[in-house]
Amino acid sequence: MTPQTEIQLIAVAAAAACALSGTFLVLRRMAMIADAVSHAVLPGIVIAFLLGGGLGSPLLAFGAALSGVATVALVEALQRTKLVKEDTAIGLVFPALFAFGVVLVSRYADHVHLDVDAVLLGELAFAPFERMIIAGRDVGPRALWIAGGALVLNVAAVSVFFKELKLVTFDPALAAALGFSPLLLHYGLMTLVSATAVASFDAVGLVLVVALMVGPAAAAWLLTDRLAVLLPLAAGLGATSAVAGYWLARWFDASIAGAMAVCVGLVFLLVFSFAPRRGLLARRRMLATQRREFAMTLLAVHLAQHEGTVDEADESRLASLHLHLHWDEDRLRRTVRDGLNRGWLRREDDRLLLEDAGRSAARTVFARAWPQGTGTTPHRI
Amino acid sequence: MSEALQLLWTDYTLRNVAAGTAVLGAVSGALGCFAVLRRRSLLGDAVSHAALPGIVLAWLLTGSKAAPVLVAGAGITGWLGAAAVSALARRERIREDTALALVLSVFFGAGLMLLTVVQGRPDASQAGLDTFLFGQAAALVERDVLTMGAVGGVAVLVLALFWKEFKLLSFDADAAAVAGYPVKLLDHLLTLLLVVAVVVGLQAVGVVLMSSLLIAPAAAARQWTNRLGRMVVLAAVIGAMSGALGAAVSGLAPGIPTGPAVVLAATAAFVVSLLFSPSRGLVSRRLRAAARDRRLRTEGDAS
Repeated sequence: MTPQTEIQLIAVAAAAACALSGTFLVLRRMAMIADAVSHAVLPGIVIAFLLGGGLGSPLLAFGAALSGVATVALVEALQRTKLVKEDTAIGLVFPALFAFGVVLVSRYADHVHLDVDAVLLGELAFAPFERMIIAGRDVGPRALWIAGGALVLNVAAVSVFFKELKLVTFDPALAAALGFSPLLLHYGLMTLVSATAVASFDAVGLVLVVALMVGPAAAAWLLTDRLAVLLPLAAGLGATSAVAGYWLARWFDASIAGAMAVCVGLVFLLVFSFAPRRGLLARRRMLATQRREFAMTLLAVHLAQHEGTVDEADESRLASLHLHLHWDEDRLRRTVRDGLNRGWLRREDDRLLLEDAGRSAARTVFARAWPQGTGTTPHRI
Repeated sequence: MSEALQLLWTDYTLRNVAAGTAVLGAVSGALGCFAVLRRRSLLGDAVSHAALPGIVLAWLLTGSKAAPVLVAGAGITGWLGAAAVSALARRERIREDTALALVLSVFFGAGLMLLTVVQGRPDASQAGLDTFLFGQAAALVERDVLTMGAVGGVAVLVLALFWKEFKLLSFDADAAAVAGYPVKLLDHLLTLLLVVAVVVGLQAVGVVLMSSLLIAPAAAARQWTNRLGRMVVLAAVIGAMSGALGAAVSGLAPGIPTGPAVVLAATAAFVVSLLFSPSRGLVSRRLRAAARDRRLRTEGDAS
């Protein structure tokens, strides 16, 4: 394998792993927990480092995962005092832990060959240089094993506990009533998130972990309603952003982590704009259609109201109709065109008359607005 | 401790650093109150991360590394980040937490990418990112402190001018809208003040820790009073004291960087408030509960 392939494989594995656990964070309104946990693992990493664990050692991963879970526990304990709100609790805990981590690094700089920048930003470009040697044989870059391990862990956890996670995410009360412990699953999920963040920070850095956990999941959720589709879709979008980011970084000779975050943003923006049902354009189109339908119905109702009354001639004259409806002429022209096309209206000299289809549409509105027996009948509109 | 206090007055660098962090603590403490009360504590975090691309762009476009230029750039993209958060959070299926996390990481990533492109090297740590990430309080000179004071002073002045409006907006936005106040405009103005507080502080404490200076003093002050006016003043005092204390500690113990020291001081102030505030504190709550139990038991015996 060339180093390029290796880097991309590491990035894809990390991105997919992050997207899987991140999906549950997004669904549970805990996206900022990704930010908190990813920063707060720093003291855990440093302490494990001081205790003699090297980068990538199990002790380090354990320490980091532990401080990630401790962060969540602290945030929740603070919230339970009811003296601070959730957002404030998050904002109090993780900067304090991060600051503590930075102080530790600075105090023991001689013993810790740990670069805080590297933790924050990742060193993906150098990942292929550190090899995993098993029984004297080179079996690939160490970061690939770590990120791949995180991916396997996520896939296993999500597929084994799919039903439970789904239930706890969408209906925690029912889950509790059925005997699943929401608390246990919650902390299980938090452990998974922390472990994934730790496994990925080595390759892609803490800030990118947040992007990879939240961006693909948020984009995928605009595309599907089914959790079973959402998870692989999020992983796929994450992997795509990772590869695109790698090439973008190569193109500009820029930071890989930064370029990947940019690609996560671009993918999200694309989905956000063009998603078939929930995208910005689709929503706008739907709104415009609704507006036209409403205007057409209103016009039909107006004409039906005055049909057969003395002022019918006056109320249906094309030249002055917009005044009765308080519309501008442009809107009237467009609505009349829609109505003619639909077969609701016909023109007779300078007057607009209802066809049967238009009349029955107006009746439907009457029937809905004034159900039989309510005693009131519509008068002028 | 007394040695530290003496150094604060005699040592030129330390005096500047302490004055700078104190001013910063006061400004962000006062403005942070509104973020905390309106449940927007984490917006400051998104804004501070979103400032990075602005700083790089400002430097790229003007070729100047002067503080006012960089601060202006930071302010523009920081404000864009805040606007993006509120635009996204209004949409179906995108909640505020998702919008915040997305904006902060993507803007920061974009800044990182820009910075490495501009520097012509993919290694960000050599590209001078450290100063931005962790701040460079030790490099504060008298002019910086004066600038911070002036900008922060204007922000606090605006806060005082629109006091009644902001108060109403924070506690009952619907009532403010019904009463005919331009709620949207006021909301933007308050966000703008938050952005100002963030960019003023970036230079001293850096991206990651800036949000804490908005939150911790305000959350601490909240424990002592139920009145907004007192809370804001108290938060400013706590922020200023944390700033000065943090600077003093890091000045005495060279291994400890200023930004983290200030954050830890402010967090300590919060913990003390959480435990020992007379009305709401956890300890006094426990004591009152114990006293009530005792009273109930003796009354029960008497009857």
